[in-house]
Amino acid sequence: MGLIEAILITVITASTPLLIAAIGELVTERSGVLNLGVEGMMLMGAVTGFVTGYSTGSVVLGAIAGIVAGMAMAALFAFLVLGIVVNQVASGLALTILGIGLSGLIGANYTGLRLEQKPPAIFGALADLPYAGKLLFSHDFFVYAAFALVILVAWFLTRTRAGLTLRAVGESHTSAHALGVPVRRLRLYAILFGGACAGLAGAHLSLAYTPFWVTGMTAGRGWIALAIVVFASWLPWRAMAGAYLFGGVTIAQLQVQGFGLGIPSQLMSSLPYLATIVVLVIISRTRTGSSAPAHLGVPFWPDR
Amino acid sequence: MAVAGAEIDMAGAGTLDRSVASNAATALIAALGISKRFGSTQANDKVDLIIQPGEIHALLGENGAGKSTLVKILYGALQADSGALVWEGTPVAIANPAAARALGIGMVFQHFSLFEALTVAENIALAMPGKLDLAGLSKTIAEVSQVYGLPLVPTARVADLSVGERQRIEIVRALLQEPKLLIMDEPTSVLTPQEADQLFLTLERLKSEGKSILYISHRLDEVKRLCDAATIMRHGKVVGHVDPRAETAASLARLMVGADIHVVKGRAARDAGAVRFALRQLTLPKNGPFSVALDHIDLEVRAGEVVCIAGVAGNGQTELFDAISGERVAASAGAVLIDAQPVGRHGPNDRRRRGAAFVAEERLGHGAVPVRVLSDNVLLTRHASDAGLTGGGWLSFLRKGAANAVVDRVTQAYDVRKGKRDPEARSLSGGNLQKFVVGREIDRAPGVLVVNQPTWGVDAGAAALIRQALVDLAATGSAVLVISQDLDEIFEIADRIAVIHHGALSPAYPAATMTLEKVGLLMGGAHPEKLDTEGQG
Repeated sequence: MGLIEAILITVITASTPLLIAAIGELVTERSGVLNLGVEGMMLMGAVTGFVTGYSTGSVVLGAIAGIVAGMAMAALFAFLVLGIVVNQVASGLALTILGIGLSGLIGANYTGLRLEQKPPAIFGALADLPYAGKLLFSHDFFVYAAFALVILVAWFLTRTRAGLTLRAVGESHTSAHALGVPVRRLRLYAILFGGACAGLAGAHLSLAYTPFWVTGMTAGRGWIALAIVVFASWLPWRAMAGAYLFGGVTIAQLQVQGFGLGIPSQLMSSLPYLATIVVLVIISRTRTGSSAPAHLGVPFWPDR
Repeated sequence: MAVAGAEIDMAGAGTLDRSVASNAATALIAALGISKRFGSTQANDKVDLIIQPGEIHALLGENGAGKSTLVKILYGALQADSGALVWEGTPVAIANPAAARALGIGMVFQHFSLFEALTVAENIALAMPGKLDLAGLSKTIAEVSQVYGLPLVPTARVADLSVGERQRIEIVRALLQEPKLLIMDEPTSVLTPQEADQLFLTLERLKSEGKSILYISHRLDEVKRLCDAATIMRHGKVVGHVDPRAETAASLARLMVGADIHVVKGRAARDAGAVRFALRQLTLPKNGPFSVALDHIDLEVRAGEVVCIAGVAGNGQTELFDAISGERVAASAGAVLIDAQPVGRHGPNDRRRRGAAFVAEERLGHGAVPVRVLSDNVLLTRHASDAGLTGGGWLSFLRKGAANAVVDRVTQAYDVRKGKRDPEARSLSGGNLQKFVVGREIDRAPGVLVVNQPTWGVDAGAAALIRQALVDLAATGSAVLVISQDLDEIFEIADRIAVIHHGALSPAYPAATMTLEKVGLLMGGAHPEKLDTEGQG
């Protein structure tokens, strides 16, 4: 029981950054914008979060700084793809490269430092409840923020007018424009939301998951988040399932390494990435067609 | 807008005479002296349009005459450079579509502004102001569709609906806003004749309720049958305000085109020769969620024959064309035969080498690369199949000179109008590019020519020229297969007519034995055999 509980708790922790980043990207893609810069935005969130958290001694301030950094990167991306209508794929890749370099520069003097503060556990004493108390209530606020995001985004997309409009824009920006929907403004909001989530996900890595900063510490999680969005066929609840699947694989390979089965550790470490490829292949083989937003990645010029 | 206060600025009104001006006072909406320029094109030049309450008003004109621009200005999607809009006697500025809807202007688009992945109710909700209440809205939709004879299921996904059903969504969406003016942009261009008849009943009913309808079309018989007044545009200007019931179709056409329309010649009965092109039990699965599977298609086209395939859009025409051109290969080589050679497993270039030529529906992006000059576009399609365009053996250098010669030949033969000798494909107007794309293929003197939508979105002059070219090619002993949604076109050029419905093809009947009604029934999915017995009975 104790071992399983410990594993489950680590799976939840490992899945949280994937889930937060994926939910943000899901909203961005639902609006018809493909932002491949998740990795870069996460790194900027991670380094800014760590530097702020280390300097102020506050994990919460660090998380907020991470969100702001992610949004700043997203704003740059939005300027490129909405403002001057640059190719979205190229801009997203450039954003990732920029994030890798810039975060390394900012964090150069913080490498190897350790953050002493722990993120506050918001449910406090509830964690002492018998049976599932620890499993349900012992986590930091990032974990609950991730849950809340899934619920909020699912509700927003299906139940609200703004969510319906956002989906409509992603399906056909020309039709939405003809209806008088402010296409670019909605997309800007969606891109910024995606950036905020990526920044928060990055901050979780450097503030809670491993409380220190290492250059390139996201280690491809931004790309996995992108894969999760496809895996989830752009649905929030499935994104949660996907994030836990990938988080589970990450932890499973660590556990298997711990048993000492004699499999090279490099092979085991690559499991989450291999799993991503396998899942994407299976999805693209089994579905007759993707349920991707029809105008995903298509540039939009208003005809005025 | 050049309007100060409540005073209507008549100085801005262009061709308007005094009697028309007095009509403007009682009008539901009057657009006076509207001008709009895009770059070097004067899309609207001092256009006047006056619509009375309770009338069905036709707006006639060829493609590119400026109808769409005028309508977009009325609906607030574009702003006029100068001119005035007067709504129920009061000058107004219509800043955006939401403002137009608030005034009482509803619009049904030609190319539907629907969202395929959303449900009927969600699509309608997007255009409705206020709080999102899908359950309540579904009830209202059911009521309205009942009253006007427009059956709809609110929870159905648009992607699963037929074109006629989609148009109903657009109409119901516009009606729910209780408009005083309903703008319909080429509403029947996508409907079967039977669906069109049902639409006319709905429109008559709306008129009887005192609503006005602006009916944009180039189908003259419809306009004569339905409309109380007509405004005719040509090259951005109004060339006449007429009563369509007092005109003949020919006189309306003359106003629209500015000349008599060319009638295709040389359709004397020919003896069909050997089978040059055949499909045998061609079956293809779907390749996407909105794609149509092809279901055991049999077809033969003989030398000297024009065979047309009619059908409502989205019944497998694209898939059929891809299978014929080799963009998708069939499961067996024998499914597609060109001059009796099995090519079902071959790609487009192999099929071209065997004497076939193909013209895709989408001229910009599929038929031609928009950012490439015309000579490059000649090379791109014909480099593998035409010996003269490449040289140097296996190195196959491109021969620019030969490609330019093709461009010049096509330009000459098909009257392609362009600014430079060799401009980028995207700089040509729709009609001129289509003439070029069709001409490029006919220039090869192909044994088999397959064309998807030869004159879609093309002005009447270019359309007549293209149709004549197709008939002339057949007369030289080639087999010509045309996939089209334009029934007038089909009856003009076809020797035999087949109809595609849900990916299945009816037998090809001699055109002389076909009627509009019969084609319409087949387009709606009637079983060919049942049709035959009814025809005899």
